[in-house]
Amino acid sequence: MKVGVPSEISPGELRVAATPKTIKRLQKQGFEVYIQRGAGSKANFSDKEFEEAGAKLVNTAAEIYGQSDIVLKVKEPSTEEVAMMKEGLVLLSYLWPAQNQELLKVLAAKKVNAVAMDAIPRISRAQKMDVLSSMANIAGYRSVIEGSFHFGRFLNGQITAAGKVDPAKVLVIGAGVAGLAAIGAANSLGAIVRAFDTRKEVAEQIQSMGASFLTVEIDEDGATASGYSKEMSKEFIEAEMKLFLEQAKEVDIIITTAQIPGKSAPKLILDYHVAAMKPGSVIVDLAASTGGNCVLTKPGEVYTTDNGVTIVGKLNQLPNQASQLYGNNLCHLLDDMGKAEKFKIDMEDAVVSRAMVTYNGNINWPPAPLQVSPTAGGGAKKVAAPTAEEIKAADEAKAKKTAINTVISIGVVGALLLLVGAFAPSAFIQHFTVFVLAVFVGWQVITNVTHALHTPLMAVTNAISGIIIVGGLLQTKNDASNIMTILATVAILVASINIVGGFVVTHRMLKMFKK
Amino acid sequence: MFIAKEIQTAAYLFASILFILSLSGLSSQESAKRGVLYGIVGMIIAIIATVLGKGVEGHIYIIGAIAIASVIGIMVARKVEMTAMPQLVAILHSFVGLAAVLVGFGSYLDPNTQSLTGAAHTIHLVEVFVGIFIGAITFTGSIIAWGKLDGKVPSKPWSFAGLQTMNLVLFLACVALGVLFCRAEGTSGMLYLGIMTLIASFIGVVLVMAIGGGDMPVVVSMLNSYSGWAASAAGFMLSNDLLIVTGALVGSSGAILSMHMCHAMNRSFFSVIFASGGSSNKGMEKKAMEGEVTSLNHEEVAALLKEAKSVVIVPGYGMAVAKAQYPIYEMVQKLRNAGKNVRFAIHPVAGRLPGHMNVLLAEANVPYDIVLEMDEINDDMPDTDVVMVIGANDVVNPSAQDDPASSIYGMPVIEAWKAEKVIILKRSMSAGYSGEDNPLFYKPNSEMLYGDAKASVDKILQHLN
Repeated sequence: MKVGVPSEISPGELRVAATPKTIKRLQKQGFEVYIQRGAGSKANFSDKEFEEAGAKLVNTAAEIYGQSDIVLKVKEPSTEEVAMMKEGLVLLSYLWPAQNQELLKVLAAKKVNAVAMDAIPRISRAQKMDVLSSMANIAGYRSVIEGSFHFGRFLNGQITAAGKVDPAKVLVIGAGVAGLAAIGAANSLGAIVRAFDTRKEVAEQIQSMGASFLTVEIDEDGATASGYSKEMSKEFIEAEMKLFLEQAKEVDIIITTAQIPGKSAPKLILDYHVAAMKPGSVIVDLAASTGGNCVLTKPGEVYTTDNGVTIVGKLNQLPNQASQLYGNNLCHLLDDMGKAEKFKIDMEDAVVSRAMVTYNGNINWPPAPLQVSPTAGGGAKKVAAPTAEEIKAADEAKAKKTAINTVISIGVVGALLLLVGAFAPSAFIQHFTVFVLAVFVGWQVITNVTHALHTPLMAVTNAISGIIIVGGLLQTKNDASNIMTILATVAILVASINIVGGFVVTHRMLKMFKK
Repeated sequence: MFIAKEIQTAAYLFASILFILSLSGLSSQESAKRGVLYGIVGMIIAIIATVLGKGVEGHIYIIGAIAIASVIGIMVARKVEMTAMPQLVAILHSFVGLAAVLVGFGSYLDPNTQSLTGAAHTIHLVEVFVGIFIGAITFTGSIIAWGKLDGKVPSKPWSFAGLQTMNLVLFLACVALGVLFCRAEGTSGMLYLGIMTLIASFIGVVLVMAIGGGDMPVVVSMLNSYSGWAASAAGFMLSNDLLIVTGALVGSSGAILSMHMCHAMNRSFFSVIFASGGSSNKGMEKKAMEGEVTSLNHEEVAALLKEAKSVVIVPGYGMAVAKAQYPIYEMVQKLRNAGKNVRFAIHPVAGRLPGHMNVLLAEANVPYDIVLEMDEINDDMPDTDVVMVIGANDVVNPSAQDDPASSIYGMPVIEAWKAEKVIILKRSMSAGYSGEDNPLFYKPNSEMLYGDAKASVDKILQHLN
C-alpha cells in the first residue's frame, strides 16, 4: 500500500506528518512511502534525510493525493486539496469536525474516508495515538518558555550578593495535558506555581507536578464522562472570576489552557482581570486558535496592552519534535488498523469508528458517546475485605485444627516407635536413636540459613554426603579379585570425587561473597 | 597400626560435631568459610579414623582411589563455570547415589553379614534393600536433573496420564521383591536385588523427567536429601553411627531446604515431587491480557537510567544463561558512582538452583549488602524510579496476586509493576517456566527491551558513557 505525505500549504503550519524515523517505521509496517519535495523543510527535515530513510520523493501534491492509498497530513485540507483526492482515499489529519461541517460534506462527496486525529477518543487504549495529548504536552512546555521570555525576569528566587530576587508566580488555568506540562516546566524553572481546574479529581495531579491547587468555595465538580470539563453554574463562575481577579493582582504569568471540544474556548480572563495585572506581566493563551481564554487575545499575535501586559496568542510549535510525535501517533493508528498487509477500516472498533468522520460517502459525526472517566474504566474490581471477626474466627479454627493434627501425629509417631522397640534387636534401636536425633539436629541447624547461601549450603551438604565413602572403606579387602573389593573401590572413587569436588566448589563460591 | 574401637568412636563423634558446625556455619556469610573448613576437617578425621580401624584391608586400593578421585574432583570443581554450578551439584549427587548402590551390594555379599540370624538378619536385608533403592533413585534422578539443567534433556515436563499409577505399581513391585529378597537364602536373593535396582533406576528417571525446569531447584535439593538418606541407610547396614548421623543430617537439611523453596513458590512439596502442580486451579477462566506491549531501544533505556534516582534490578535465569552479571555490575557501578541508589532484588526461586542469582552476582563482585531479598525490597517498589527485569519472568508476574485462575496464583512475587517504570530485558515474548502469560509486559508503565541480556546491557553501557 502507498502512503503519501504532502507539504502543508498553510503558512502558519510548520509541522509535517512524517519524519525520517516514522518513515522507517511505516516501511516496517509494510507501506511504501511517498513524500512531496520540501515537505519537511519548515520542520528542519531535508529531502535527503527522507530519501535516505527510504521514502520516494514526489514533485507535486496532486501526485500524492491522486496516487496514494493513505495520505498523512497535519492541518485540515483546503477545498483545493480535497479536489485533488482520489475516491476511496484514507486521510489521516487534524479535521476539527465540529467546526468544519462544510469540509466534512466535501470529503464525503469525494468518498474520502477521513480520520480526524483530533477526534480519537481519549481512552487508555488510544493514548498512543492521541495527538491532542502529544501536541498539548509540547504546547504546555513551550508556553512557559515563551511566557518567561516575554516576562524578562528570573523565574526562580535567588539570594545574591547584589540582593534578593523573588521567585515569579505562575498561574495555570486548566490542568489537562498542556496545563500539567506547563506546571512541570514552570516548577522546574523555580517559579511558584498555582493551578486552577473545575475538576476536583485533578487536584492530586496538580500537586504531584509541584503546584498548589486553587479552588473556589462552591462545591461543584466539573468532571464529565468525556474527560473534559462541563460548563459550570453561574454562581461557580462568579466565584471563579473573583478568584482570578485576586490572582491577577498577584501573579506574573498566567497560562490558560481551557478548551471545550467543538466549541470556542471559554472566556476566563476578562478585561478587568488584565487591567488588574502588574505591568510586565504576561498572559500565554493556549486556546488562542479556538478564540482564546482571554478576551483580549489576538490569535496569531503577540502584543502588549496599554497597561504593559504582554498577551501571547501564538506559540512556536517546536515543529521538528512535534512532527516526530505526531508522526508516531499516526504510525500507532496505522498499526492498530492492521498495518499494510491486513489494513482494514473496522467500524466496529471503538477508536476507528469514532475518529472516522467520513466513511463511504457518509458523514459519521458526531459519534456515539464513550465513557472515558478514569474511575469508570473497566477492570476495576472490588473484593470485600474480610471483617476482623471473620479473620479471628478463621484463625481460631485453624489453630484448633493444627492442635488436633499435632496430637494425632505425635500419637502415631509414638505408636510406631513402640512397635519398633517391641520387635527390633537392641543394636538396631541404638542406631535408630542416633538416627532420629540426627534428623532433628539437621532440621534445626538448617532452618535459619539465609537464602543467599542456599547454593553453597547445598554444595557443602553434598560434599558431606560423600561420607558414604566410609562404607566403601569398611568393605575393601586385600584381595583385588574379590567382587567386594572392586565394588568398594569404585564406591570410594566416586564418593571421593564428590567430597573433593564439593568442598572445592563451595570454597570457590564463598570466596566470591564479600561486602 | 590400628586404633582401638573406642578411639574410633570418639573420632566419629568429633567428626559428627564438626559436620553439624559446618552446616550451621553456612547459615551466614560471615561464618560460611569457617563452615567449609569444619566440613573438610571433619571429613579428613572420619576417613583417617575409619582407615586406621580394625579389620580394614586393601589400603593400597583405598589410597589409589582417593588420590585419583581427588585430582578429578579438584580439576572439575576449578574448571566449572559459575553458571554451570547447578549441573555440577546435580552430577555430584549422582555419585553419592552410585556409591550407595555399590556399598549396598558389597554389604549384601559380605560373608560377615551372611552369618547373622533371625531379626538381625532380616533387618540387615531390609537396610540393604532400602539403601540400594534410595541410592539407585538418587543416581539416575540426579543424572536426569543434570541433563535437564545442562540442556541435554528437554527441560519441559515429560508426563502422561497414568504416570502416578505406574510409579505406584513399580513401587509396590519393589516392595514385593523386597519380601522375596528377605526370604531368600544366602546370596540367592541377588536376582531380586538386581531387578529392584533396575526398577528403582527407572523410577528415578521418570520422577525427574516429569518435573519442569522451573522446579529444578527443588529437585536438586530433594536429590541432595535423598543422597543423605542413602548414606544413612548404608550406616544402618554397616552398623556405623557416623554414616547414620551424617546421612541423617544431610537428609533432613535437604528436605527442609526443599520445603522452604516450595513454600516460596506457594506449591505443596508433594505436588512438586510428584509433578502434579498447578492442577488445582484448572477450570477457571484465565484473565485476558489487557493493554499492549511496547518496547524501547538501548539508548532510550540508558536515558531512563540516567534520569532515575533509584533503580532496582531483578535478575532471573536469563541473566545466568547470558552470563550478563559482569556487564550488569559494571552498569551498576556506573550508576552508583553517579549517586543513584541501585539495588538487586532476588526472588527465592529465581534461577535453577536456590540462591543461584546470589552466587552469580557474587562472582561478578557485587557486594552482598546491595543484594536484597524479595521481602526486603517489595515495600520500596512504589518509590523506585526504574525496575530492570533481566531474564526473569514468573517471579515478577502480577497474576500471582490478582488472577486466581493462574497456576502461580498465591506465589509471592517481586512487585515490579509498582515502580514508576519497568524495563524488561527478554529474548522474546515467550512465557516463563510456569507457562503463564505475564500481564506485567502489558502494563502501561512497562517497556520491553528484546535481545540477549548481555548484549543488551553492553549496549546500554555504551550509551551511559
